[in-house]
Amino acid sequence: MQFTVKTRDGDLHSVEAHVGLSLMENIRSAGIEELLAICGGSLSCATCHIYIENLPGGAELSSKSQDEEDLLEASDYLKPNSRLSCQVVFQPPMDGMRIVVAPDE
Amino acid sequence: MMERFDCMIVGGGHGGAQAAIALRQAGFAGSIGLIGDEPVIPYDRPALSKEYLAGKKSFDRLQLRPPELWNEREVVLRLGRRVIALDSSAKVVVCDNDTAIGYGVLIWAAGGEPRPLSCPGHNLSGVHTIRNKGDCDRLLSALPTSQHIAVIGGGYIGLEAAAVLRELGKEVTLLEAQDRVLARVAAEPVSRFYEAEHRTHGVEILLGTGISELTARDGAVSGVRLQNGTAIAADQVIVGIGIMPAIGPLLAAGAEATRGETGILVDDFCRTTLPDVYCIGDCTIMRDGPGIRIESVQNANEQAQTAAKAVCGKPQPLRLVPWFWSNQYDLRLQTIGLSLGYDQTVLRGNLVDREFSLVYLKDGAVIALDCINATRDYVQGRKLVEAHAHVDPALLADDRIPLKDIAIAA
Repeated sequence: MQFTVKTRDGDLHSVEAHVGLSLMENIRSAGIEELLAICGGSLSCATCHIYIENLPGGAELSSKSQDEEDLLEASDYLKPNSRLSCQVVFQPPMDGMRIVVAPDE
Repeated sequence: MMERFDCMIVGGGHGGAQAAIALRQAGFAGSIGLIGDEPVIPYDRPALSKEYLAGKKSFDRLQLRPPELWNEREVVLRLGRRVIALDSSAKVVVCDNDTAIGYGVLIWAAGGEPRPLSCPGHNLSGVHTIRNKGDCDRLLSALPTSQHIAVIGGGYIGLEAAAVLRELGKEVTLLEAQDRVLARVAAEPVSRFYEAEHRTHGVEILLGTGISELTARDGAVSGVRLQNGTAIAADQVIVGIGIMPAIGPLLAAGAEATRGETGILVDDFCRTTLPDVYCIGDCTIMRDGPGIRIESVQNANEQAQTAAKAVCGKPQPLRLVPWFWSNQYDLRLQTIGLSLGYDQTVLRGNLVDREFSLVYLKDGAVIALDCINATRDYVQGRKLVEAHAHVDPALLADDRIPLKDIAIAA
């Protein structure tokens, strides 16, 4: 299973996906460096901000917690499809999804 | 022939790892070596006293990068060795295995060592620190046969460990020398709140306690004797009383440090006073900063990026607005700014709801916020801290008014 990540330079990267791990952990494992994820996924910063561009039919994302919404709200680049990638766990129906790394704050 | 790296990084923590990555991102084409004293690749250190101790995350998930990535980035890892000397004119370091390694540019990111107790018994078997994976693994292996744990030190590490140990069903006694927990980093309302929470969760907290010795039975620690004579039984003792910066070789080589050698002085580009020697992370003190070490992942990351850019000839001065986090039980503490030197505090929200912020002001300007289960204040308060905003305390105290709606008069 895989998903595609578009980095800030516009390049597309195919990422091998591990089910049950967050998108952040999957992206980090793939060697994509521009996602800082400073707090390591403990929902204490917003340095793993991404956009969900294309979600396969049938796939559902967990809804945002209030804390995630609040952290995202701080971004100058907030969009309706913004997520913190540490808060989205990869599940099989997401196979083939496409995400974009948000601009550097 | 002596091994040599165009850029050598000493320290395999967050700072060292990020420095290597940032150098490659900034286009550094030379060789990079990273020397770390732990036998394992760089990992997420804050998780040690949280998810790792609790058994909620395996070590694999703490690795900052997968093992093969260091190879791909052509970062040579020299692990399990410690640098014991530096010759900054010959540009050579000496490691504890008697090897010498040459460098073009040195980035020192060695962090700190846990400060040990000085009382008798401080080095007994069963006395633990939580600074690295090895420390944590020793503690974890002792836990199944231990019921009563004494935690010495009521800072972030001690409190986080106490919370995890209570969740694991251990009896915990926490000893703090000051008259409140978090005394070094937070004002009294925050301290008293955390004290009460920990007591509610069953932690026995003793404040203002001096320790006279750690007692032993059969060669292992058996308890703590206080200066007032009280004896506290403990199967294991965890010491979390701060760190000492790991800067011996830099000092010996003549790098300028603060008076008292609390940290290596660096400029806005993380340069030391030695040629081609940078210093980042927990062991630094910014020359034009608040005069204390900023011991955080954020600081390690930002300083690493600052040093890497300077090494690559793209210098950008660092303007750090520090932030911190600490998770205990279901409480999420997020701090923005440094409260050091505050002369006024304002409480937003109320403590009973377990959702509140404490705003720190100095000369009428907002300098920091401690936000407990109040991420919105943390996010919105950042702008007030960055602007050094002068705000009517009555507005800050009214939690019906979002902080972003408070006009900033700088």
